[in-house]
Amino acid sequence: MLRDITLGQYYQTESVIHRLDPRVKLTGTILYIISLFLFNQFTGYLVAALFLCVVIRLSKVPFRYMVRGMKAILFLLLFTMAFNLFLTPGEPLVQFWKLTITREGLRISVFMAIRLTFLIIGSSVMTLTTTPNHLTDGMEKLMGPLKKVRVPVHEVSMMMSIALRFIPILMEETDKIMKAQIARGADFESGNLVKKAKAMVPLLVPLFISAFRRANDLAMAMEARCYQGGAGRTKMKPLQYARRDYLAYGVLIAYLLALMLMKYVGSFI
Amino acid sequence: MAIVLDHVSYIYEKDTEMAAFALKDICLTIPDGQFIGLIGHTGSGKSTLVQHLNGLLAPTGGHIYYNGKDIHADGFDKKELRSRVGLVFQYPEHQLFEVDVFTDVCFGPKNLGLSRKETELRAFEALRQVGFPEEYFYQSPFDLSGGQKRRVAIAGVLAMKPDVLVLDEPTAGLDPKGRDEILDRIAALKAETGITVVLVSHSMEDIAKYVDRIIVMNRGSVLFDDVPAEVFRHDAELEAVGLAAPQMTYIMRTLRRRGMEVGTDVTTLEEAEREILRVLGK
Amino acid sequence: MGIIQTNKLVFEYIRRDEEGNAEGITRAVDEVDLDVKQGEFVAILGHNGSGKSTLAKHINAILYPTEGTVLVDGQDTREEAHVWEIRQKAGMVFQNPDNQIIGQVVEEDVGFGPENMGVPTKEIWERVEESLKAVGMYAFRKHSPNKLSGGQKQRVSIAGVIAMHPKCIILDEPTAMLDPNGRKEVIRVVRALNHVEEVTILLITHYMEEVIYADRVIVMDQGRAVMQGTPREIFSQVERLKSLRLDVPQVTMLAHSLQKKGVPLPDGILTAEELADALGYRKG
Repeated sequence: MLRDITLGQYYQTESVIHRLDPRVKLTGTILYIISLFLFNQFTGYLVAALFLCVVIRLSKVPFRYMVRGMKAILFLLLFTMAFNLFLTPGEPLVQFWKLTITREGLRISVFMAIRLTFLIIGSSVMTLTTTPNHLTDGMEKLMGPLKKVRVPVHEVSMMMSIALRFIPILMEETDKIMKAQIARGADFESGNLVKKAKAMVPLLVPLFISAFRRANDLAMAMEARCYQGGAGRTKMKPLQYARRDYLAYGVLIAYLLALMLMKYVGSFI
Repeated sequence: MAIVLDHVSYIYEKDTEMAAFALKDICLTIPDGQFIGLIGHTGSGKSTLVQHLNGLLAPTGGHIYYNGKDIHADGFDKKELRSRVGLVFQYPEHQLFEVDVFTDVCFGPKNLGLSRKETELRAFEALRQVGFPEEYFYQSPFDLSGGQKRRVAIAGVLAMKPDVLVLDEPTAGLDPKGRDEILDRIAALKAETGITVVLVSHSMEDIAKYVDRIIVMNRGSVLFDDVPAEVFRHDAELEAVGLAAPQMTYIMRTLRRRGMEVGTDVTTLEEAEREILRVLGK
Repeated sequence: MGIIQTNKLVFEYIRRDEEGNAEGITRAVDEVDLDVKQGEFVAILGHNGSGKSTLAKHINAILYPTEGTVLVDGQDTREEAHVWEIRQKAGMVFQNPDNQIIGQVVEEDVGFGPENMGVPTKEIWERVEESLKAVGMYAFRKHSPNKLSGGQKQRVSIAGVIAMHPKCIILDEPTAMLDPNGRKEVIRVVRALNHVEEVTILLITHYMEEVIYADRVIVMDQGRAVMQGTPREIFSQVERLKSLRLDVPQVTMLAHSLQKKGVPLPDGILTAEELADALGYRKG
């Protein structure tokens, strides 16, 4: 199940979206997510969907990779939908037993589902087209001004990029430990919650010990390679805006303007 | 009593574009009491194969029978199977978790639902079988040396009293002495209890010294399955797949090329010594 | 003067029980004198727990001596002002390939050291390219390290060290977690670096096949350097090595047991050809 989480998984290919500066992609994703919550009409969603489709097309990442990220939040999605569907007061549409579906409820739950879906796919586009390293570089640079107020921006981004590198390694390790314990008759599946929690001990102890060991080794290896924090460091791949990045910002603004326009026009319909 | 693999295939990431054959149409029988060496380079499918033996992985094609019963048929007791076919993974760090060695070895038998007394008896017996010194029974398993950790890991599986013991590279990372000690222990255990042993290894030298049958894996298929001397005769094919015959075989070939009338079907030091002494007339 | 010099190096640490109370003192390295010349290939052989890795970590200023001194290119590792310079001069490759690769793309990992040293961007790229070519991993520069084999990962780690332009490279059991093919790959690269690029190599290992090509072998046991000499001199002492939990090459072992059976053979035979010579079989 863990492997279904697409967030943080880079899809290697050549495309305009891949080549964009990570700062553009980060800003773009954030603005896109905000934009999803700006409007309440279907026309607005149409524009948002269109924009997303074009970006996905340009990224050359197969669509099923985007959808894969959805699997992980399917439960959350259904839960939110059900919650909104049954608990929004308003004009009743259908009624059975103690549950009532209202027109407003239906509307809100559908909107919520669309928003969440677009949100996940939108951020998947970013993570699928940007190497995690590039992403953390972008964040470091975008949050650069925070350094002045003593926020350890470099350290945080270094931590993130290391965490991202070790996630697949630790996942594989979890799988191996699980198998080793199952081979000794461990049972991770049956029993009530307490029993299940107890059954996790033979998995978690070796995993934690290994993670700490790795952390220790890695810290030593980094020091051995002269790592001493962000000061005095140069960059192998410094971020520099190219023409296409300015162009992309232009497209983003155009998209936002189009949405505003829709909202304005939509309010008359 | 035997494990039978009937046209077993396994495909990784089935149904995705990354699908790859890890095992291709494997037919094997592992009868009782054999000492089998399973050889192949990294990625040859040997680790995938051993995980099929105790049902950790289910084949995507074919069937596996344990004592005549299909292990993936409905109603087959997998837990029971895992206690019969004991699998020890490469890194003991992946299984040691208890506060002390003895409690850790008790984990397996405890999971089988045995009484406390029986559990402890088995743990004690298993630790004795691997030659683990009694004065360290109540030490934390994390403070042990690599070789001792390995012993505890093997004992942890032996305590379930398996009929078949599968060891995935039990000597990886050990120094030469530590490696010999572990392998000698396994051989002694085999002689003492008659248990079936499947030893996964990269090292031809280790395998040549102990086993009576070698299975060579390459790209998910069985390349050779025979007695050691026969397998090592195919040194050119072995080299082509990134393996080699034991060094002794090559040494004897060099001697022969240089004019010494020695036989080259030699795999161990003892055999080589005997052969050279024979030619020298001593 | 040698590039690496230790004088009566002692390293002790306090063993503690679970509550953190001192239980005793362990002397992991015991009065070791080491002198490695520029361009030399020195191997340190020893079983697990013989103190060889602890010794190695002193040279990169990861550990500091309890007594005695460690000089790298004439600089004392205990002087804080020199630490970063020493770490750049004495590059270090560790045992576990997964736990020393920081980058998520091969080339970014190789660039990590130079970035830390403040090397200008353009030069980082040049260094990354030349280092990856030196270890034969240039074709993999855009790959994720997670998809590489153990031997390939170690070669990337070596490239990461070369990119810092060190004067010597210390390899701390770089092959202990690899399969035989991976081991050969790594040793081939190490030998080439020593031969072609004339990098000083200090190789720490417990595999005797890997030390045959060294100029000099030092055998460690219980923190002490107990044997020292050329590979042939070392492997002549089969019984001694066995008592130190070490192996000798198979052919050396064979010659040794033939010797014991009364066959007149010299000590320290290292190849099958030498054995044929010694047995009196002429070439061709």
